[in-house]
Amino acid sequence: MEWIFLLSGLFLGWSLGANDGANIFGTAVGTRMVKFRTAALVATIFVILGAVISGGGTTETLGQLGAVNALAGSFTVALMAGLTVTAMTNMKLPVSTSQAVVSAILGWNLFTGSPTDYKALVEIVGTWIFSPILAGIFAILLYFLVRKVLGNARIHMLQLDAWTRLGLIVVGAFGAYSLGANNIANVMGMFVFANPFESISMGGAGQFTGTQQLFLLGSAAIGVGIFTYSYRVMITVGNDIFKLTPILALIVVLAKSLVLFVFASQGLERILLTIGLPTLPLVPVSSSQAIIGAIIGVALAKGRTGINYNTIGRIASGWVITPIIAAALCFMALFFVQNVFEQEVVKREAVSAEVRTDIPEEYRITQNKQHHYTTINMTGFLAPCPNRHQSHGVVTGSLPAGL
Amino acid sequence: MAQLFTKHKQIEGEIDDFLDLIIESGLLFKKGVHFYLDGRSEEFEVRLADLRRLEKDADNLRRSIETKLYLRTLIPEFRGDVLGLLEHSDAVLNKIADTLLLFSVEIPETLEDMNELHYDLAHNAIDASENMVKAIRAYFRELSAVRDNIKQVQFSREETNRIAEKYKRDLFQRTNLRLSHKIHLRYFAHNIESIADEAEDVCDRLAIAAIKRYI
Repeated sequence: MEWIFLLSGLFLGWSLGANDGANIFGTAVGTRMVKFRTAALVATIFVILGAVISGGGTTETLGQLGAVNALAGSFTVALMAGLTVTAMTNMKLPVSTSQAVVSAILGWNLFTGSPTDYKALVEIVGTWIFSPILAGIFAILLYFLVRKVLGNARIHMLQLDAWTRLGLIVVGAFGAYSLGANNIANVMGMFVFANPFESISMGGAGQFTGTQQLFLLGSAAIGVGIFTYSYRVMITVGNDIFKLTPILALIVVLAKSLVLFVFASQGLERILLTIGLPTLPLVPVSSSQAIIGAIIGVALAKGRTGINYNTIGRIASGWVITPIIAAALCFMALFFVQNVFEQEVVKREAVSAEVRTDIPEEYRITQNKQHHYTTINMTGFLAPCPNRHQSHGVVTGSLPAGL
Repeated sequence: MAQLFTKHKQIEGEIDDFLDLIIESGLLFKKGVHFYLDGRSEEFEVRLADLRRLEKDADNLRRSIETKLYLRTLIPEFRGDVLGLLEHSDAVLNKIADTLLLFSVEIPETLEDMNELHYDLAHNAIDASENMVKAIRAYFRELSAVRDNIKQVQFSREETNRIAEKYKRDLFQRTNLRLSHKIHLRYFAHNIESIADEAEDVCDRLAIAAIKRYI
């Protein structure tokens, strides 16, 4: 039964793979610089690596926003986010999976009366605005750097073609890794607190935690999405806003991947902390938003010729509509799942965190985390407090009036 | 991946070989015209035979490059421009070979006192084709040099046109020649002149292709 609930997450992973795989290798495959099979294989391998190795950081932030702690609740949140993405895609409206997921979680918070960590919400929504801008800045800098390098280097056009192909694969691999690290939270983040997997001992190699198993499954679903459906998106992507050449595509994908990476890398966060610099929040950002920011950045650097402002307007409208639809759909669906199908969408029994083996180790209180978190509520579940130095208070768990 | 670089290097070499053939054809043409005007017909015929063989080799090489570029889907966004450039520069080579062939077939009665102008005409026309080749090489390797080379082609073409005009004026002001003779010689001057014109046409295409290559 538990496995059935995971299906909605896998569906969400599949749709993310179909759409965001195209963001990584779209122009490379569309212009036939890289074969689809090669692109899909590289993307799948690196999405899995990114998710399993570095997927924890963004998941933690998503968990702060709303810790969906019952499998039926997680199922509904993922399903409604996935349906929103699919419906918007079918309406040919560009859509952000991150926005759909975050909004669906907010819908769950609203339905179950769970508190919303507004600091985390502001961080996440802030990145929706900041990430395209940052991607644009990265793209402009990379554009001028590449132009200078190519202007000085006397590389034969055919050699440049070979290097560009290699670059597209390497940058695509980095993009896929960043996508896995940053966006696995969107796919499996809502299942982390209701994880059906137990840790597996790997002997001397340590533990293969339940969360990592969950991420492996989610990233495999992304891989299936890339293999089965992204080709159709790939051959049409990239030319709607601004026509991209393979070299410009390389710049755009690198800029986007850097943005996803800086918002996902715990290693980078540690380095910044060590040298006393402010850190960036580890937040699942929208790869679609980042790539659009990067494309606009490149177009501006080239002198603003050829930007399709109508398409940008259409995309921006999608960014406003998606959160509203996802939150509303999730709220309504939770009502049906709870009252019609009689499934538990939120756990309310008091269970001590110390005895809850289904809570992943990294989300349990530790000596190091104790100053950030506070034991909370009647569910016995640990959630990070809104302001990392204050208590959440008590979760009442009451349903909205009339339900 | 190493195989990918090897394949690219091989086609790069073939393009360079093709452009070398255009340069070589120009040199053979100049020699051929000299020998014809000097009345050394045997040596002229040897050069013409070399030039015709070379024209055939260039055609084969061009087809091979085009096939490989398509089959291996190389330089997808510039392939059309590159194929256009190769085909049109091959047309310049064909024009060079055809013009020299006309000397052999029609055996024009050239005027000794106008030989100097004829040499100049041939030299300037071939200068235009040689500078065209330099511009094409720059298009592949050093974009910033394309403009300079195109300027040189334009200069050579203007110079060729000027010399051709002078040649034709001199020719038609002569009263001791039959009109048919004058028209025949004018036809040869016109053919040599059109080598430079074709080279300039290639460079016009090249200028647009170069703009597209700037990222």
